[in-house]
Amino acid sequence: MADYKIHLLVCGGTGCKSSNSQVLIEHLRTEIRNQGLEDFAQVTGTACFGFCEKGPIVKIIPGDTFYTQVKPADAKEIVEEHIVKGQKVARLLYKDPKSDKIITDPKGMEFYKKQIRIALRNCGVIDPENIHESLARNGYAALGKVLTTMTPDETIEIIKKSGLRGRGGAGFPAGLKWEITRKSPGNEKYVVCNADEGDPGAFMDRSILEGDPHSVIEAMAINGYCTGASKGLVYIRAEYPLAIERLKTAINQAREYGLLGENIFGTGFSFDITLRYGAGAFVCGEETALIHSMEGNRGEPTMKPPFPSVKGYLGKPTNVNNVETFASIPVIILKGPDWYSSIGTEKSKGTKVFALAGKVNNVGLIEVPMGITLREVIFEIGGGIKNGKKFKGVQIGGPSGGCLTYKHLDTPIDYDSLIAAGAMMGSGGMIIMDEDDCMVDVAKYFLDFTVDESCGKCTPCRVGNKRMHELLVSITKGNGTHEDIDRLINLGNVIRDTSLCMLGQSAPNPVLSIMDNFREEYEAHIRDKKCPSGVCKALMIYEIVEENCVGCTACARACPVGAITGERKEIHRIDPSLCIKCGACMDRCKFNAVIVN
Amino acid sequence: MEMVKITIDNKSVEVPRGTSILKAAKQVGIEVPTLCYMDLHDLNIEHKPGGCRVCVVEVEGRRNLAPSCCTDVNDGMVVKTHSIRVLNARRTVMELILSDHPKECLTCPKSGNCDLQNMAIKMGIREIHNQDIAEMSTYRTDFSPAIIRDMNKCIMCRRCETMCNDFQTVGALSAINRGFMSVVAPAFEMDLEDSVCTYCGQCVAVCPTGALTEVDHTRRLIRDLANPAKTVIVQTAPAVRAALGEMFDLPAGSLVTGKMVSALRTLGFKYVFDTDFSADLTIMEEGTEMLDRLSRHLAGDKSVRLPILTSCCPGWVNFFESQFIDMLEIPSTARSPQQMFGSIAKTYFADKIKVKREDLIVVSIMPCLAKKYECTRDEFKVNGNPDVDYSVSTRELAHLIKEANIDFHSLPDEDFDRPLGESSGAGVIFGATGGVIEAAVRTAYELFTKKRLERLDFKELRGMEGIREATIDFDGLPVKIGIAHGLGNARKLLEDIRSGKCSYHAIEIMACPGGCIGGGGQPLHHGNFEILNKRMAAIYREDVGKPIRKSHENPYIIKLYEEFLGKPMSEKSHKLLHTHYVDKSKKIIYI
Repeated sequence: MADYKIHLLVCGGTGCKSSNSQVLIEHLRTEIRNQGLEDFAQVTGTACFGFCEKGPIVKIIPGDTFYTQVKPADAKEIVEEHIVKGQKVARLLYKDPKSDKIITDPKGMEFYKKQIRIALRNCGVIDPENIHESLARNGYAALGKVLTTMTPDETIEIIKKSGLRGRGGAGFPAGLKWEITRKSPGNEKYVVCNADEGDPGAFMDRSILEGDPHSVIEAMAINGYCTGASKGLVYIRAEYPLAIERLKTAINQAREYGLLGENIFGTGFSFDITLRYGAGAFVCGEETALIHSMEGNRGEPTMKPPFPSVKGYLGKPTNVNNVETFASIPVIILKGPDWYSSIGTEKSKGTKVFALAGKVNNVGLIEVPMGITLREVIFEIGGGIKNGKKFKGVQIGGPSGGCLTYKHLDTPIDYDSLIAAGAMMGSGGMIIMDEDDCMVDVAKYFLDFTVDESCGKCTPCRVGNKRMHELLVSITKGNGTHEDIDRLINLGNVIRDTSLCMLGQSAPNPVLSIMDNFREEYEAHIRDKKCPSGVCKALMIYEIVEENCVGCTACARACPVGAITGERKEIHRIDPSLCIKCGACMDRCKFNAVIVN
Repeated sequence: MEMVKITIDNKSVEVPRGTSILKAAKQVGIEVPTLCYMDLHDLNIEHKPGGCRVCVVEVEGRRNLAPSCCTDVNDGMVVKTHSIRVLNARRTVMELILSDHPKECLTCPKSGNCDLQNMAIKMGIREIHNQDIAEMSTYRTDFSPAIIRDMNKCIMCRRCETMCNDFQTVGALSAINRGFMSVVAPAFEMDLEDSVCTYCGQCVAVCPTGALTEVDHTRRLIRDLANPAKTVIVQTAPAVRAALGEMFDLPAGSLVTGKMVSALRTLGFKYVFDTDFSADLTIMEEGTEMLDRLSRHLAGDKSVRLPILTSCCPGWVNFFESQFIDMLEIPSTARSPQQMFGSIAKTYFADKIKVKREDLIVVSIMPCLAKKYECTRDEFKVNGNPDVDYSVSTRELAHLIKEANIDFHSLPDEDFDRPLGESSGAGVIFGATGGVIEAAVRTAYELFTKKRLERLDFKELRGMEGIREATIDFDGLPVKIGIAHGLGNARKLLEDIRSGKCSYHAIEIMACPGGCIGGGGQPLHHGNFEILNKRMAAIYREDVGKPIRKSHENPYIIKLYEEFLGKPMSEKSHKLLHTHYVDKSKKIIYI
């Protein structure tokens, strides 16, 4: 990295970017120029550090000083104090919320302590737009090793031995997939990288592509060598402009350096990559739908078999893996399968990236070893529940995953344990819910997503999920009956049993797992017509506590529909038949006289 | 062939690898219910999108149920087709489909002939749970001159898409929107009329519900028949008589020409004529045009473009007008038999019976939906008055006969009226693929060679093969003939011609499988092509039974030329019996 003595790494991930990190970078550069230090200190925009909760992040090397929530206005102080005088800016350092101690090095932070960053190894470390930084961190060394010293079969054997399973959700053994594609007859084959990440709130693949595109390119080329493909395609959603831009830059740089294109490393192996843009359909993450979309057809799945490895893009054998799977490949080849398989559990090896979201203190992007428990993730890495509230549930596996509860907190995170618990690994969305969340409403929310994202091809998914959603709406409006529960369970089971693709088959999961784990909440809505968490508006009743009411008339004046009556200095009343549950009265009352039941 | 052994409902069966569970079950007499599935075996189309999920079965060791139509058997597979799990799933799925389907069966045009209704009956569905809170997916109804799209009744079986895109290669229909609102429609949900739709009606013929139906002219017809100020006459296309009987439970292939004429007369038509007559007239014009082009070509005239293409089929005409505009000048300019009939009826015949054009209503009974559109074309109107007022399909005619309390079976056999009811066997075979060109050969041969044709049955031109070719010896001149039925086959043939891969002198093209006998207005054959073969046999039977089998020998055709037209391709013929084609390529949307 040139002759710079000090490196300032500023997060340029989407989260930090929207908190002005781009301006921060400019300010830092200006300040450094003002001090005449442009040959001494360099500012680099990197990709996501993961700790989005505390962004924008600035990390200064050497010393690994980790500044959090840095604003453009802080640039001057950082340069003057840290760079010029060598003194850390205390107010920008991370303070551990439990011990209140200042921690300067991320290795000491709860958030990072238990993480092992393999797929994310370069994210937040290198400038993704500069291939030299990738090369300096062993970029393309695995490709070189494979092309010059290994046969395709030997390479596949390494992947198989590593135990790496597909990170797209289903967890199919990656090496086996490569082997099937290799063995499928055909003179033309394709490598496809599935970058159609669609879970709400998930940004694992985007961060990898934004932070370390070269690893994915390198792995695709390795896959091409193993399977006999010379063409690679990245199916990426058009809503990821930064990832697309960085990927394009990286592909061009790789071509320029002869790492893509004809006769790579003089070995006679040729491989190149083109991009295909998705229009933002969740179902196009399903590999057959993705392939149809790339072919210019309607993005909807078809029956498997035939599997893409046998008959995929344009009818040719096609190896589809997702971004995270590919990103793990080069390092497995360089460090060996034994190293990789030493991480994780017996059947789930290595690490998994999760997007931690919801009511947890440290939201962000994390990479953890398989086998870590939900408790460790939520309460250690995640720093526990926000505002000291009580943990209620965790939705794991995206919108079609399952919702687990406190009794599952010690479940190890691996493919099989999660399925056994009624959830699934999915692609890595993890949303934490607290006591304020109504689980029926949560089920409705996730189902609403899948109803919207269904392609409409098969009946159970097209109509069935819609009908389940309608039942949930009815229950949250207080119109549910006890038969509705049986109906939901039957519909859910039939949809699971008969839908064409995994989107449909897993769509009822949130509803059914919440039924298993939070049945009392469904029953409260149906039997008592009450929403215990006070979320479902239709079930709320605003009332005035007589003892507290002083008759100030503030609430009556605030009510937009005239539902509150009462003379001055007399107790007021709310007419529930007129009340629209807007909460204006409650906001206005200074005497805590308005309550919700 | 590798065989695999499986067990279905405790019955063992051995089938070739690659067989679906559905087909394997059939071999041991188990009919797994299906809805979206469609097997058009003779057309090499097996539509199995696996969409409806009605045909699911339980496969031992499999996590979820398997759609039997698109799951292939594996060695040792154990299948249950009616376990409780299967029956519950199937019933729930069926209920879901019905929950998003209008309950208008009593007034639906498909009532009684609806796959969905039949399945509901079969499963004994008596209740649809939570219908009171179930939203319906609703769409605006799309009226075109020939086909009505009432997509509220669409169940997303996608059969129409397969016919339109894979078989016909027209590309007018595809699924749009997603999730609950997904539906089959023209691009951007435009009107069918503005799309590349050819009105071939094959989508209507395979639609399991009332989502795609024909424009119904029977109310209008009843009003006209009851109007004393109007003289209502009718023409019937050749393919109608070979299929109408099926609507009255007669076996496929029953010829009901006499009963049909009798029924039409009973309904109140003043004159019952035959489109076969104008088919003979078409041969006179088209055959002459063909010989003219051929002779000029043989004489070395480089401006002549061959092959000459038939132009009787309005679906086909719509197809090349939108998709093959660089070939607009090669189809014959001869109008279709329906339009030639209308033109002659409203001139020659109207004069004869001294009825004013406006007071003469010409109705056609057609096996076709595109004919409904054809008679609305501006080229076929005089001062806004159409030569053919409207066209009624075979199915509509059957409904009308039933409505009028006519006992079809006890009707006597009657003959067509004269002069426009007399026809040769050549006119009859227009109804089957290859028939038009065979009819043309019978006449062109004699006109060209000036010799008598001994052999009248050109078996080499007949059959159900999608693309056929034959060379007919015109007394030393080998005339190369191509035949295609189904627009997908037509496309192949035309693209080969365009690229110079093959050359013909004359080509017959029909939009529908089997020709008009498989038309979009015929009794629904539900993809059973045995029915089409029987209809085809009936057509050729009628031909053999005719005393005159060559168009130019039809005495009333001879008389028409003597009294009125002069000779084929005369100025009057040109005005009344020929047309021009329009560039409709703008209807194609390029993305």
